[in-house]
Amino acid sequence: MTDIAQPLTTADGKPLKGALMRAQARARRRAFLLVLPLLAFILITFVFPIGQMLYKSVYNEGFTWQEDVTTGDRTPIMTNLAAWFDANPPGTEPNEEAYAALAADLVVLRDLKAPGQAGTRINYELSGSRSMFTKAARSANKLEPPYKEAILDLDKDWGNPDLWQAMRGASSSYTMNFYLAAIDRERDADGSVVMVPENRQVYVKLFTRTLTLSLLITFLTFVLAYPIAHLLATLPLRHSNLLMILVLLPFWTSLLVRTTSWMVLLQSQGVVNDALVGMGLLGDENRLQMMYNRTGTVIAMTHILLPFMVLPLYSVMRLINPSYVRAARSLGATSWTAFRRIYFPQTVPGIGAGALLVFILAVGYYITPALVGGADGQLISNLIAFHMQKSLNWSLAAALAALLLGGVLLLYWLYDKLVGIDNLKLG
Amino acid sequence: MTTRASNDAFVEFERVQKSYDGETLVVKDLNLTMPKGEFLTMLGPSGSGKTTCLMMLAGFETATHGEIKLDGNPINNIPPHKRGIGMVFQNYALFPHMTIAENLAFPLEVRKIGKSEREQKIQRALDMVEMGRFGGRRPAQLSGGQQQRVALARALVFEPELVLMDEPLGALDKQLREKMQFEITRLAHDLGITVVYVTHDQTEALTMSDRVAVFNDGVIQQLAPPDQLYEQPANSFVAQFIGENNTLEGEVKEVRDGIAVVRLDDGELIDCKPVNVSRPGERTRVSIRPERVEFNKSRLKPGAHTLKAEVMEFIYMGDIFRTRLKVAGNDEFIIKTRNAPDQVRLEPGAQIEIGWLPEDCRALDA
Repeated sequence: MTDIAQPLTTADGKPLKGALMRAQARARRRAFLLVLPLLAFILITFVFPIGQMLYKSVYNEGFTWQEDVTTGDRTPIMTNLAAWFDANPPGTEPNEEAYAALAADLVVLRDLKAPGQAGTRINYELSGSRSMFTKAARSANKLEPPYKEAILDLDKDWGNPDLWQAMRGASSSYTMNFYLAAIDRERDADGSVVMVPENRQVYVKLFTRTLTLSLLITFLTFVLAYPIAHLLATLPLRHSNLLMILVLLPFWTSLLVRTTSWMVLLQSQGVVNDALVGMGLLGDENRLQMMYNRTGTVIAMTHILLPFMVLPLYSVMRLINPSYVRAARSLGATSWTAFRRIYFPQTVPGIGAGALLVFILAVGYYITPALVGGADGQLISNLIAFHMQKSLNWSLAAALAALLLGGVLLLYWLYDKLVGIDNLKLG
Repeated sequence: MTTRASNDAFVEFERVQKSYDGETLVVKDLNLTMPKGEFLTMLGPSGSGKTTCLMMLAGFETATHGEIKLDGNPINNIPPHKRGIGMVFQNYALFPHMTIAENLAFPLEVRKIGKSEREQKIQRALDMVEMGRFGGRRPAQLSGGQQQRVALARALVFEPELVLMDEPLGALDKQLREKMQFEITRLAHDLGITVVYVTHDQTEALTMSDRVAVFNDGVIQQLAPPDQLYEQPANSFVAQFIGENNTLEGEVKEVRDGIAVVRLDDGELIDCKPVNVSRPGERTRVSIRPERVEFNKSRLKPGAHTLKAEVMEFIYMGDIFRTRLKVAGNDEFIIKTRNAPDQVRLEPGAQIEIGWLPEDCRALDA
């Protein structure tokens, strides 16, 4: 027996802990080298872009810096106006001094050929203001004091307090305004947060719709997948393999093909409607509208996401020994009781995994709603894509995406609280 | 072990047949009658139809033909949950998401038994298998032997008159298995329940049962108490399957006075008890238990036929000696002798003469 008070040592008297560390260091280094490529890959393709996206949602230099594309030189813009905003609290009526600052900045914009960039930034918050900037910059050299009157002469909209509030917000590169916009809020002339007018409220409605449709789709996939998975898990292997191929077949075909085949089936002159009319179940004049609306999105997405529910359910059900249900039956339970109290509780980990998978995929789904959704079936991801590709308001797109990410993480956390993440079986 | 038989049949299989694919019969024309309180074991190699019979009795498989009766009533069309038969499964089938107490409460809850009575019964059942302190645990926290006890308690807690057990001790180690064999038999006798027990372990079958039904190829080969099964096997399959057995092949020379004289393939003559041979000229397999072979001539009847044998191998096994001989061209002939102080240890290479009482040597089907 060794003395307990003394730290253990190796045969030649070195501390045992150090010797153990040295002995394992090599193996640990090698293990780390093995995961290094994956780590680098994740960092470059995942962590870095997401970080950038999150940064973009709070940082926009459209109204603060101009970058020369060819030389890479960066010049600060709108500095005079920014100085005036710093000196005066929000809600201050823009005076001559403010207009003079604006006039000076317009000259800078003109020289840098940057009025478009600055105008676009303001246009994000107040549409129609881009042309005001380009127009004003064109005649910036001819502006003479008193600047207020001179500028208002160019366009009386320059006196709009909302415009000044927008410029105040944009005069700092860091802003929360994109997040406000993403939840249909804006700052009024006094700088306090208010709802945007009703005709411009889009995002909250779309978030709600995305959430409800995703829940509906998750529920539908669950209802459809549960019996299929059960059948797969209980059939003899020979038959279940064939059925499994049928489940996976859509998985292997192109997403676009699957979506367009739904279009062929469901459109008003499509196969389903023709069949219904042909059988006399439906008048020719009231064909069902199942495409280019919410119904189309739900049907197509339920079909496309079905395998993601079937597979986790199947993998859990396959491991449930049939003798559990038999035991329950022999103990006196009807088949319904045996299912409810014995079989179903054991499939909960699979349901949880499938639901989480389908829901998260549905929340971010883009291509199917874009193709079959029409105006009514668009989801939030379609709007994010719109801001990325059409309106080029990347900061707003980033803010919307960040909110979506936050929402999903919140749900994940909620799931962990309610069901427990260790109760999740993906395969 | 005596058969505690009462005359009225409690479980009855009448001309039962079972086929899964419509081409082959897994169970062929099964007839079986069990009195109340009997411990009957279905013993056989895998695929012999014994588990299928159990599943038909439990209601998880339907008989293709024939009738199964429980206490005089046909049960073919009664669903499993209304049969009131307790069952212990091979893998115990304890519900993993419930505690032990909840597992035991399940059959009582579905029978709508009140809470206080339920708790009383659960405690009594758990105490019965010495698991009284484990009610709050989950099955995964118990050892195999403990799970086995709980499974037993769960099958008994609703006081069924018939309990089926499907190789319940298969997953336990030898020592635990022997202990549980004893406990299950004791419980069954104390509670007076009727038990149908399925196993492929012959020791288990012999030690536990009142009667054993030996299954092979979908047919009951022999249904008899353990001693009869071992000492008087009805055919070559039973003789081979139960216990250790020596087989010599030959042809019946004559049958008279309850003795069959068999000419072995090397020309030697031996005396046997004819079991399922009757006419001279029939092929036969002669079966002798290793412990019934005698090489001490003074213990044999005068005039009995003896055979020459050569000792091939002597194996010391502690309580017994096991000697391998070459007899009538068969060099797998085993004899067993007790390790007694005056016992002879045979040396390999020794030439001896062996014999037996004619009633220990049974001429069976070829």
